[in-house]
Amino acid sequence: MGIDVRNKANPDRIRRFQDYANRIRPKKTVGINLAWAFLVGGAISLFGQGVMWAFEHEGFSSQTAATPTSIILVGMGALLTGLGWYDRIVKRGGMGGSLPITGFANAIVAPAMEYRSEGLVLGIGAKLFTVAGPVLVYGMAMAFVVGVARYLLGIS
Amino acid sequence: MAVQRSGESSYQIEGVYLGQTAAVAGPKEGEGPLADWFDRIWPDEGTRYHSYEKAEQALLSEAESIALDKSNMTWTDVDVVVGGDLLDQLITTNFDARSHSRPMLGIFSACASFTEGLALASLILGQGGPSTALVTAASHHLSAERQFRFPLELGYQRSPTASWTATASGAAVLGTRSSDLRIDSVTIGRVLDWGSHDPNDMASAMAPAAVDTIVRHLEAMGETQAHYDAIVTGDLGRFGLTLAQHLAAEEYHVSLGEKLQDCGEMLYDIQHQDVHNGGSGPGCSAGVFSGYFAEKLRSGRLHRILFVATGALFSPKSYQQGESIPGIAHAVAITRQEEGQ
Repeated sequence: MGIDVRNKANPDRIRRFQDYANRIRPKKTVGINLAWAFLVGGAISLFGQGVMWAFEHEGFSSQTAATPTSIILVGMGALLTGLGWYDRIVKRGGMGGSLPITGFANAIVAPAMEYRSEGLVLGIGAKLFTVAGPVLVYGMAMAFVVGVARYLLGIS
Repeated sequence: MAVQRSGESSYQIEGVYLGQTAAVAGPKEGEGPLADWFDRIWPDEGTRYHSYEKAEQALLSEAESIALDKSNMTWTDVDVVVGGDLLDQLITTNFDARSHSRPMLGIFSACASFTEGLALASLILGQGGPSTALVTAASHHLSAERQFRFPLELGYQRSPTASWTATASGAAVLGTRSSDLRIDSVTIGRVLDWGSHDPNDMASAMAPAAVDTIVRHLEAMGETQAHYDAIVTGDLGRFGLTLAQHLAAEEYHVSLGEKLQDCGEMLYDIQHQDVHNGGSGPGCSAGVFSGYFAEKLRSGRLHRILFVATGALFSPKSYQQGESIPGIAHAVAITRQEEGQ
């Protein structure tokens, strides 16, 4: 986006300032963040895999074990959010903490806790999906597109 | 009492004095390097209140009461309250005003509200209007988070340039009766927008406004930075200090150097308190000034400072709609009256 000069100030001065700011602005430590995301995301996934194997050990098939595993992970995410710990996990792990289903639980439970003070209807009811809403909207939209494509291509 | 205009928006003030000040801070602020300077430190973020909005009102109300107590004044001695905060429709300032019912001027310059209040009060007191004003500003970390960012328990990563809204409040009594500290001059800031878009980097949006106000103030008053022991900005933070020093030196040939200090940079131990760029919020400059700088002036450690709080004037809607972030800064020069003056 181009620099929008609203104050009739010297545009060169503004450009020089923004160039300087861009040059010295503290950068995110991408390498370390990626390593943490890998570790945290990997740990959550490994835990999930362990739960799934436990269900399979109890006689579930690999298909039917998926649902109770998800429920347990969502429950864990909700619990850790309620205890005020999940935001610390994501602070370290970034997307490694946000992307697994535990992160989705965090995105639902955090607004539920947050907007309690505005009441059950206009608070929790109206704002429960402020964070997770986009994921649901575009997830469903994408599912629709893929579904139509499957139908048209005749894949059953 | 007199007010004399000098330059485009600078005014020399005569006969307006800074009386007692009070600062109340939250627990994280109370663990920072300025802990000893606050009048009161909360043990928690105000979980005893029904909401963090109410906690913010209590924070403000406590600073006001302490400032009045220190001045041996009651509310009826206050002719006008000039105050601001960060929450929508100024609910902290206005709701708190229900309890004292004094004449109220609610103002908004985001984090520059406190110096806007000091400047405005100085102007109206200096022209023979009210004779005593109480200037206030407050912010609460958790109520600001919910308005500007995400729910508290939502996990996300802050960027290195993000600032930490301070849980703090400050209140200052201004009056026409002589006291140790004199308001010398004020400069009303103008809104500058140099095209910054990132709400997680308010330093880039505010540094141009801070430098603009400082330079215009010095020019209008025929002064240089040498006339001040310190030039104190509001919440530029660590990154913003570097930007402002560079901008002033390169573009305006004003070498601020070590004279330039910043309330947001001082409020926390940036290395260990995980606040990234430093503190922000109207309460940041109000609390640090009312607690630390006013006391340094009273004790004679500092003789003259230029206090320039800075504000980033955006709303959650404006940046979602792709608008850039305008900045503003208002300046107030305060001098300690030496013996015989």
